[in-house]
Amino acid sequence: MSVAIPADLEVAHAEEHHEHHDTGGNTLFGFWLYLMTDCILFASVFATYAVLYMNTDGGVSGKDIFELDFVLIETAALLLSSITYGFALIFAKRHNKAATLTWLAITFALGCVFIGMEVYEFHHLIEHGNGPQRSAFLSSFFTLVGMHGLHVTAGLIWMAIMMIEVAKTGLGNRSITRLSCLSLFWHFLDIVWICVFTVVYLLGAL
Amino acid sequence: MGAHTHSHDHSHGADDLAASIKSYLVGFVLSVVLTAIPFWAVMTHHFEQSTTLAIVVVTALVQILVHLKYFLHLDFSKEGKINTFSFLFTALIIVMVVGLSVWIILEANALMM
Amino acid sequence: MSFLGKLSLDAIPYHEPIIMVTLAVVAVIGLYVAALITKHKKWGVLWHDWLTSVDHKRLGIMYIVLAFIMLIRGFSDAIMMRTQQALATNGAAGYLPPEHYDQIFTAHGVIMIIFMAMPFMIGLMNLVLPLQIGARDVAFPFLNNLSFWLTASGAVLINISLGLGEFARTGWVAYPPLSELAYSPGVGVDYYIWALQISGIGTTLTGVNFIATVLKMRAPGMKLMQMPIFTWTCTWANILIVASFPILTAVLALLTLDRYMGFHFFTNDGGGNAMMYINLFWAWGHPEVYILILPAFGIFSDVISTFTSKRLFGYSSMVWASGAISILGFIVWLHHFFTMGSSANVNAFFGVMTMVIAVPTGVKLFNWLFTIYRGRLRLTVPVLWTLGFMVTFTIGGMTGVLLAVPGADYVLHNSLFLIAHFHNTIIGGAVFGYLAGFAYWFPKATGFHLNERLGKASFWCWQIGFYVAFMPLYVLGFMGMTRRINHIDNPAWNMWIYIAAVGACIIMVGIILQFVQLYVSIRDRDQNRDTTGDPWNGHTLEWSTASPPQFYNFAKLPQVSDIDAFTDAKEKGTAYQRLKHYQPIHMPKNTPSGILMALGITAAGFAAIWHILWLAIVGMVGAFIVFLFRAYNNDVDYYVQPDEVARIENAHLNNVVRG
Repeated sequence: MSVAIPADLEVAHAEEHHEHHDTGGNTLFGFWLYLMTDCILFASVFATYAVLYMNTDGGVSGKDIFELDFVLIETAALLLSSITYGFALIFAKRHNKAATLTWLAITFALGCVFIGMEVYEFHHLIEHGNGPQRSAFLSSFFTLVGMHGLHVTAGLIWMAIMMIEVAKTGLGNRSITRLSCLSLFWHFLDIVWICVFTVVYLLGAL
Repeated sequence: MGAHTHSHDHSHGADDLAASIKSYLVGFVLSVVLTAIPFWAVMTHHFEQSTTLAIVVVTALVQILVHLKYFLHLDFSKEGKINTFSFLFTALIIVMVVGLSVWIILEANALMM
Repeated sequence: MSFLGKLSLDAIPYHEPIIMVTLAVVAVIGLYVAALITKHKKWGVLWHDWLTSVDHKRLGIMYIVLAFIMLIRGFSDAIMMRTQQALATNGAAGYLPPEHYDQIFTAHGVIMIIFMAMPFMIGLMNLVLPLQIGARDVAFPFLNNLSFWLTASGAVLINISLGLGEFARTGWVAYPPLSELAYSPGVGVDYYIWALQISGIGTTLTGVNFIATVLKMRAPGMKLMQMPIFTWTCTWANILIVASFPILTAVLALLTLDRYMGFHFFTNDGGGNAMMYINLFWAWGHPEVYILILPAFGIFSDVISTFTSKRLFGYSSMVWASGAISILGFIVWLHHFFTMGSSANVNAFFGVMTMVIAVPTGVKLFNWLFTIYRGRLRLTVPVLWTLGFMVTFTIGGMTGVLLAVPGADYVLHNSLFLIAHFHNTIIGGAVFGYLAGFAYWFPKATGFHLNERLGKASFWCWQIGFYVAFMPLYVLGFMGMTRRINHIDNPAWNMWIYIAAVGACIIMVGIILQFVQLYVSIRDRDQNRDTTGDPWNGHTLEWSTASPPQFYNFAKLPQVSDIDAFTDAKEKGTAYQRLKHYQPIHMPKNTPSGILMALGITAAGFAAIWHILWLAIVGMVGAFIVFLFRAYNNDVDYYVQPDEVARIENAHLNNVVRG
């Protein structure tokens, strides 16, 4: 964009405006398509969990290890982070930098709570000899839940970078497009989590 | 690119802001309720197992729809419908791949018993 | 773990003369090419105009170059297998020991599918699709460059395995438990995993990119049901890529966890279930063959309608037949493992679905036949490939329907009948299609024609060689010979094995003629220039540009109101318009970010294969840092000024007038 554009070319500016608008739209759509591929990635691992969850190889089953009150708090943190991210995006689109950064920070903190709890849960399980190497059930449990956790971690890293970007350069079009993509990512992870707590924890504890 | 932000400086009114926040709040309240119900049903063993199963599955499906509508803003508007259709197509593929995979392996397991 | 993980000098196969000679030849050729580039001072051009290019046309050419290089490697594997079997009869051992032979048939499959057919298909798509929809580039040009380099990264890894360590001995499907650490403790399967994983992610990104391109970047006025048929079939293929490649990513990741961290997804112990790998692998693998064949169908459609000078018969039935094939292609995968022994209901369902696919495919064949009917078919090289395809692919399709009968499959599973069947469809369908597309679009991409005589000679060698090489395999399949056999113990098979080896040699002549054709055509290029940009009197928008196309494709985006948009423009007299004023054109700048990121990822993949932790971290962190630099670089695009556009356009239009 830094290339000199002849000042008298009004048409050029109009077209450029148009193209920029399109570029943001294309980016969001492209990112949405990427999320669809991610959906299928998760679906494959869900299918694997579904065929392996009974293969405990004489070890623990879901009923023995799941603590639903713990999962409920994790879920609450994630759900709350969803609406706080929504607020961040609302203020970003209104170019309110301070409010955007505040809500992003709150979202980030809630995401960290979620990840912290998940790490604690995993550590607890491994410490009691119920690590992923124990049985096919535990392999698929750790992989499915851990894959969601890795996605959330990636989202947190992305969010940290975005907070620096917004703090330094303000809320330009590019930043808003990126925040919108992150929004899709973050809310998408919520949907995956709904499937995780339903299929893994609730049905497993049934 | 940052030099051209002025072109997108939409002047949103206060009503608009309230509406956006309200939409997120509605979605949030609904999803809290839809999370609470299945957790409560499973944790208290209030119902029979088959009833609980149905409740858990139905609330999960409804909650996914709530999230799609209020957080991911999927709709059937002119600009939005392509996202919705790509999601519906993906959902179809997922149902086929997961459903058929589980069917295949469980039937094979049954024959190996 | 030592500094270099499992890697040491012992990893180089000094004791294998075949490999050492191959490496020496590759090294000599590599040095020769490097010397040529240095002599002509082309390193700068190579870097600035090609390796870092975000231009879809140049990326397309690079994909096709990659495909041709991999074709040589994959075919060398093929001819070694054929000669080994022909020599290892009557108690002889042949010249390839089993452990080497096993790597060869694995490498042959992986290379031909993933690193020959896929890059060829994606290359043609890159070259043509944006032009056909009247766009200036793809939706995400930088991502397109990155996708290419991820594909190349996988190809590099698989070729490193030749001289460092070993490749998988598992067959191209790498079924566990054989591919688990307990039974494949070497690095072969790890090469397989990382080469497929990295290139697969590149392919997924390509799918995303081209779906966004087709849905968001079409020329003004072009409705979805007005897109050229090649664009449509590529779009279906991209939808399949986006829907199926993540399954491959997932299943490879699960196998990786088994091998690297002792998980129990597919192991014999710990409650693992190897069948789930096979299931997920084919849930990707079957859509994958439709990803390969659908664009070829599109090429045949474009070729047939161009060279009959007619509109394609049944455009919308062609679009919907492709859609039906795409959806059905997703619910037939179990036919690859009927013999696993799921229930009769399961086998019946998948058998019936498989047979149903023959219906939309039949619709397409009839559409092509009706297009030819009462047309004046010009017998050019692309048309020869198309006619050869129509006969050969139909035979392959029918043997496929035969294999779709679960009872018959129990007899023929993993026999040479199966090998004959899928080569019948993949060579006779996909490869013939790509070669038709190669001949058809070559003048568009380069600005000069291919030598017609050599092209025809190559076609006939391929066509005859194919039948001589693969028809005996059907017979051998019925005689009970299974695939992947290192030496022949049944004298009754010998004669057919010898014939098949002769067939492979005829195909080899066809491939050599293909390269001779390329050499002769480049040598004689000044006599065979295509100055008009429209050498075949084409129907679609790619022929409205110059040959090779202007780097910005279209000075003014075309207004479209017909399926055959360029024919429409020629009839209305709106083609080749000279404008008084041109507007500045917004273009992306070339960038080294893609190749640098892929370099980091290749290093990380290599490190993962050899368990070199520090290098894996350096590679991934390096790739991420390059990505961040790219994300915060503001100098990524520029404007082509109107006077430059006018100069290029006028030069082209003057050429057209002269032509």
